[in-house]
Amino acid sequence: MRVNFTVNGRPHEADDVWEGESLLYVLRERMGLPGSKNACEQGECGSCTVRLDGEPVCACLVAAGQVEGREVVTVEGLADYAKQRAEGGCATGACGGGGTDLGAAQQWQARPADSQTGKNTPLSPVQQAFIDAGAVQCGFCTPGLLVAADELIERNPQPSDADIREALSGNLCRCTGYEKILDAVRLAAARGEADTSATAGTGA
Amino acid sequence: MGVTRTPTSLTQGSQTKGGIGESTLRPDGTLKVTGEFAYSSDMWHEDMLWGFTLRSPHAHAEIKSIDTSEALAQAGVYAVLTYDDLPTEVKNYGLEIQDTPVLAHGRVRHHGEPVAIVAADHPETARRAAAKIKVEYAELPVVHDEESALAEDAPLLHEGRDDHHAGHVPHPNVVHRQPIVRGDVAAAKAKADVIVSGEYEVGMQDQAFLGPESGLAVPAEDGGVDLYIATQWLHSDLRQIAPVLGLPEDKVRMTLSGVGGAFGGREDLSMQIHACLLALRTGKPVKIVYNRFESFFGHVHRHPAKLWYEHGATKDGKITHMKCRIVLDGGAYASASPAVVGNASSLSVGPYVIDDVEIEAIALYTNNPPCGAMRGFGAVQACFAYEAQMDKLAEKLGMDPVELRQLNAMTQGTIMPTGQEVDSPAPVAEILRRVKAMPLPPEKQWETGDESGTDTDVRALPGGLSNTTHGEGVVRGVGYAVGIKNVGFSEGFDDYSTARVRLEVINGEPVALVHTAMAEVGQGGVTVHAQIARTELGVTQVTINPADTQVGSAGSTSASRQTYVTGGAVKNTCEAVREKVLELGRAKFGTYHPAWATAELLLEDGKVVTDGGEVLADLVDVIEGESIDIELEWRHRPTEAFDLKTGQGQGHVQYSFAAHRAVVEVDTELGLVKVIELACAQDVGKALNPQSVVGQIQGGTTQGLGLAVMEEIVVDPKAKVRNPSFTDYLIPTILDTPTIPVDVLELADPNAPYGLRGMGEAPTLSSTPAVVAAIRQATGLALKRVPVRPEHLTGT
Ligand code: FES
Ligand code: FES
Repeated sequence: MRVNFTVNGRPHEADDVWEGESLLYVLRERMGLPGSKNACEQGECGSCTVRLDGEPVCACLVAAGQVEGREVVTVEGLADYAKQRAEGGCATGACGGGGTDLGAAQQWQARPADSQTGKNTPLSPVQQAFIDAGAVQCGFCTPGLLVAADELIERNPQPSDADIREALSGNLCRCTGYEKILDAVRLAAARGEADTSATAGTGA
Repeated sequence: MGVTRTPTSLTQGSQTKGGIGESTLRPDGTLKVTGEFAYSSDMWHEDMLWGFTLRSPHAHAEIKSIDTSEALAQAGVYAVLTYDDLPTEVKNYGLEIQDTPVLAHGRVRHHGEPVAIVAADHPETARRAAAKIKVEYAELPVVHDEESALAEDAPLLHEGRDDHHAGHVPHPNVVHRQPIVRGDVAAAKAKADVIVSGEYEVGMQDQAFLGPESGLAVPAEDGGVDLYIATQWLHSDLRQIAPVLGLPEDKVRMTLSGVGGAFGGREDLSMQIHACLLALRTGKPVKIVYNRFESFFGHVHRHPAKLWYEHGATKDGKITHMKCRIVLDGGAYASASPAVVGNASSLSVGPYVIDDVEIEAIALYTNNPPCGAMRGFGAVQACFAYEAQMDKLAEKLGMDPVELRQLNAMTQGTIMPTGQEVDSPAPVAEILRRVKAMPLPPEKQWETGDESGTDTDVRALPGGLSNTTHGEGVVRGVGYAVGIKNVGFSEGFDDYSTARVRLEVINGEPVALVHTAMAEVGQGGVTVHAQIARTELGVTQVTINPADTQVGSAGSTSASRQTYVTGGAVKNTCEAVREKVLELGRAKFGTYHPAWATAELLLEDGKVVTDGGEVLADLVDVIEGESIDIELEWRHRPTEAFDLKTGQGQGHVQYSFAAHRAVVEVDTELGLVKVIELACAQDVGKALNPQSVVGQIQGGTTQGLGLAVMEEIVVDPKAKVRNPSFTDYLIPTILDTPTIPVDVLELADPNAPYGLRGMGEAPTLSSTPAVVAAIRQATGLALKRVPVRPEHLTGT
């Protein structure tokens, strides 16, 4: 079957999709967007978390056919998504501009960035906070956690620790012991607060 | 034919100095947060096929026949291979003993054993084709515990054994046995005022790394194969893969792709040979990605263990003697069982001074799932038992349990039961003092206390959001534990590593390129290697090449050894590069300044400086158009095998120590445990990257917590695995994991590079017994088995 949907702000069309294929499979293997991870494909680990029309979902549990005509944001589109949200623009990305185009995605090559500082690579506040706080070890859980954490902060810019734990309880991480993940979300929230007050301070 | 998605080199630098001792950020961090980092399951080729493995539904059965014709006839299926299709006489592999079949021949020895492999144009086609393979089995009686394995007429897992342990084991179903005897236990026991004994049990834990076993094999024009793979040791894989394929090692080119955690579970091969076989047979790239169900069958687990312990002590608390027997279930194939036996026996006394001991550790062959390496291997099981014994002893003596431990704690100079002297700092009493001194978390944190009275945040209660209690029946307990782990491969193993370092000027800046075969599995080795290169060569720009087999072996990313050994290799090679630079400098500029000949010279901030800080030249001017490129092997001091009768021998390189204090709250009515805090103090010798060190300690602590209260692969009496999924095999979530305050000590080991101490495993040891001690204290129950389950607490 053919499935049409929007990924990270760009309309996409996937052909020859089997009925049983998951959104996760289509993203990873057909669209060349391997950022969403395949740790369990059982809906238990949260590594494949994406936003579907804004809602965080496990992409491994969504049948490809279910996304017809809908909007998906993956970790690859997170920076643009957060940027547009910050600028008060179209956070779903449906208004276009951001995202990865299919041809480019399939010719996927890691960019030679200064990977320590993230220079040359635009990152969302949550992404930068995960790097700075040391919340990334093997990093396999990271994309799913980032999507979930970004959604939490969108919903609740100043989450308590209990709020963070609740929001991220569907995302397993085997490496970090979660402490630095909590640090990262706190850091992202604090920086968001600082940004807001800075903006307020200048009267902008 | 190019592989579209492959690993990249990591460049780090420009703005930061980031030498050793600084919390430099990961060079792969940005790639990992943007989703661009190429894990092994992300490898991709436009023309690739998908592999799938058919596995045995029985734990022990004879294979009567296999019929693949129907599977092969499916549209989209390119190959179906069984044992008969293996290309050479080498049909088994293994880490130490080559007893593991690439594909089952004649019989299957455990549930989930690979029987046939399929390559097809879609993963679902491959799966459906595999279901059409007809295998006729005749079930055989299973061997599933010590009694059934060692019975006189027990079915033998491997008859006609000719491995090097076969000669000394008491039964062919014993993989390896290591006794240790030292001193005179009978005489020492006569001096004891109290004696405590106990029987303990540790369940089968799984590494449960998140990135599934996966990789891509690409056939090459020269008849060889390129393999992109997640592993812990490329060269060990290569040594096992090449003979089965019938290829010389240089025709199997392996590149490490992104590894989503390992924890010992990637020491053994999983799909490596299968993917290569299918690729060579079909002439097409083949990708295999295990799903989680398969992953539970695709790697070895932590050895479940039964442990019998006896300790005596005088009434002032001095331990007189220790006797123990440790039985580890190795499952159907040997894997790392011999090394696990060596560790369990030699570390079975724990970090205590006990001169008179009788120790025996064995690993069994059974029809249970194969067990091998997992973080802290061998030492974890022993630590659970000896720490329970310490608490028992303290109780019997009416002493404080921490005080008892401190009174008997080993120090630098202590003689281990193996006769080896501990010749670097061993701050056991001190780390206990430190965890004990940390402030306790406030009581009843669920009481949020608004003005109208006391409000309850159910999320902070045992059971959490399930909202099962409002605090009634919740009791608190505090428990302590400390452990000792060896660092590196022991018992005479030639545990070396290789590093290649190139220094050249690129765009007017000196740049170091570090190339090793070290498997970065998440531990942060890539960060530390850049830090070492910066420190030794005085440069800011460092590029880390992807690990591959084009450079010499780095040994395994396990046994807490990689920063020590490959870090040591990088340091050593950088020193050689530095010497070369100084030689060049002397030749060019030596006549201009006498310090070139007389002073101790260093490389700092891109300059050659004297130890007095005088600048002699810019690195750029010294190197100019040259490229200094050196590859060297590096070894730590040698070890020796343990004597097979007495267990004596200089078997270990270094030891690592961690202590925990656990605070738990238990709902005694429902049997629910909430761990409130798990504080850790650990000596790391030297923290090369403090942020990563703390991250490792917190991660290791959490795995220990998992073993304490939830993680177990359940194997039924027919030796079948009951819970191969994340639905039923539970690992701690962020709700199950408490805050983990960490106190890091840095007492340098004079024998190690920078004084560092391998530190990745130690926190996994003491975390488990500390949590269980706290639950015992809260409930008054004896609790001899982990994981502790609700029914153990409620008696139902
Ligand atoms: S891969 Fe989707 S929840 Fe685990
Ligand atoms: S960093 Fe490895 S699973 Fe989270």
